[in-house]
Amino acid sequence: MEPVLKIENLGKKYMLQHQTQEKYVALRDVITDKAKSALRGGKGKIHKSSEEFWALKDVSFEVNKGDRLGIIGRNGAGKSTLLKIISQITEPTEGRITIDGRVASLLEVGTGFHPELTGRENIFLNGSILGMSKKEIQSKFDEIVAFSEVEKFLDTPVKRYSSGMYVRLAFSVAAHLEPDILIIDEVLAVGDFAFQKKCIKKIQEVSGHGRTILFVSHNMFAIQKVCTTGVLIKGGEVIANGHIENIVKKYIETSDVTQSVYEIPASADSKDLPGYPSRIQIEDGDSNLITEIPVGKIWQIRVLFNLKEEVEHFIIAIGLKNQDEIPIRTFYSKPIDMKPGNYEAIFRSDNIMLAAEAYSLVLGLSSHENSFFYMDNAGKIHISELTEVADDRIVRVSSVGLILNPIEVVINRL
Amino acid sequence: MVNRVIIEPGGKSKKYWSDLWKFRGLFYYLAWRDVLVRYKQATIGIAWSVIRPLLTIIIFCVIGKLLHIQTPAGIHRAIFVCTAILPWQYFSTAFSESSNSLLANSNLLTKVYFPRLIVPASTIIVSLIDFLTSLAILFGFMIYYRFVPGWNVVLIPLFLLQATMMSMGAGIFIAALNVKYRDFKFIVPFMVQFGLYISPVVFSSDAVFKSESIPSFLKFIYSLNPMVGVIDGFRWCILGGAINLYMPGFLISIGISILLVILGIWYFRKTERSFADVI
Repeated sequence: MEPVLKIENLGKKYMLQHQTQEKYVALRDVITDKAKSALRGGKGKIHKSSEEFWALKDVSFEVNKGDRLGIIGRNGAGKSTLLKIISQITEPTEGRITIDGRVASLLEVGTGFHPELTGRENIFLNGSILGMSKKEIQSKFDEIVAFSEVEKFLDTPVKRYSSGMYVRLAFSVAAHLEPDILIIDEVLAVGDFAFQKKCIKKIQEVSGHGRTILFVSHNMFAIQKVCTTGVLIKGGEVIANGHIENIVKKYIETSDVTQSVYEIPASADSKDLPGYPSRIQIEDGDSNLITEIPVGKIWQIRVLFNLKEEVEHFIIAIGLKNQDEIPIRTFYSKPIDMKPGNYEAIFRSDNIMLAAEAYSLVLGLSSHENSFFYMDNAGKIHISELTEVADDRIVRVSSVGLILNPIEVVINRL
Repeated sequence: MVNRVIIEPGGKSKKYWSDLWKFRGLFYYLAWRDVLVRYKQATIGIAWSVIRPLLTIIIFCVIGKLLHIQTPAGIHRAIFVCTAILPWQYFSTAFSESSNSLLANSNLLTKVYFPRLIVPASTIIVSLIDFLTSLAILFGFMIYYRFVPGWNVVLIPLFLLQATMMSMGAGIFIAALNVKYRDFKFIVPFMVQFGLYISPVVFSSDAVFKSESIPSFLKFIYSLNPMVGVIDGFRWCILGGAINLYMPGFLISIGISILLVILGIWYFRKTERSFADVI
């Protein structure tokens, strides 16, 4: 099949400036550069001299018509630079890209929205910025408004909108673009989660019409939902390319931000213990390794451990602490007398839905309620925002408390 | 296949000018946005585009009177000053807005592709609308002083075009420079302020060119200010015979306007591709 997008040996070099010239460099850039230098193994000095920095180097891949390509990589890996070059916002330093068809890129939600203008006016303005003609906008206007759920406020300046309404309106315009190739960068990181669900559905729907999609997200769940193929970028280079599941797996293996497997190193005194754990695995309900668990999805924690001797009244326990180090829950196994050998313990989640956050894990083994192994921060379990919660009564998944399970609320007219 | 785009380093898009045409809708919407936003939440709205030049005209009339500066015979001072202030204000707002336009729209430059020339060009429209509204002042004066312009008045669009070329040429040039060197943020207001004093607003160019106390090289330098040509042109269109159009100065001014447009577009196109990286 003829590729619609062909990237050959693409490279992008930035000259990092002297500190004295940085008066007008935005804080955002300073932060991303800092992040880059941190990720580059602490070579924090790239800032001090006028050094070259290759944001992308020798990147080549092809995208066929109708492909939905996920671009995966850590912060500063070069994903956004790649999208910017494909979108013709910035120029490559070397290499070549051939694109057949109309490209629309959505690198930000609500680009060009003007706070003083009304919702209606902004739909036209934003639509034209994204490359729609007046006719196209007019014909889709009602659909856009219906999708955004802001009908009532259409003639209110958007500066009076809540941030949720703003994002909904902005995404709605973008969702009704009809290019041959649609480029989406991390736009789902905003908005409440019911709307995120709607967005993913819309993207899937759009891609159903044979449209080619390039999608960047840190949300592995969303990427797997939307994409069929993937490329993994690290340090500006493509290190893997293929079926999306393999790419996600590879990303998870190479990533050290949140992992799905935590090896527990054997310490000097672990030989003297009656038993010790060797690894923790974070898995979804079907025992697949996973780095992020969408809110409300079933997860399980698998702990592999070894017992060297008979242990009476054995209990294995896992505790969850939130980022403020507050213990949330502890799960215990039923006490049992154990023979020596290799074991696994699986902790399966119940119907308590925890809010989106990275929880650190505490692991303990005990005999007769005396703990013989205890480890703080043995691993992390990351509950992420984007989800398919079964319960439609859940409105938001973060900053609303630790437990999301809804209760019945009755409103009576008096 | 149709619509093939090839992205290469340094490769100037051959389709730039056709792209510019393709994005005319965006040009229209950006101008429309600026017009809508300009007088939002201002109680008297577009009346400001009349009040501001009107006050300036009054001030310059007073100054002219106090300094005993002669106006051409039979021409009332208010009309004389008005024919200079209106084109001057058009030029100065168009020029300062367009030279600041890329910075003001930097969020667009870093997130979407379109021929960047649209941004400074579209800002001119707002100034143009302001200018057309402010013509009401001129009509007001003409009715009040019962002044009827001659046939030359039909040539006004030509001088309007020249003023547009100048402000656009200088505007896009400085806009491109502004992306990298923010110094122009400070230079532009100064240029505009200074320009008002060396342009024939209270006095007439005739007085300058005929004066014997001004050395001829200063007269030449004076005629290099392209606004001299535009203002003299406006006056000639409206006041007719009372004004002599100084031909050499006028031709120089047209030449400089064309040069500004060429220079502006050349530099803009040269630096355009790195805007998103530098801004």
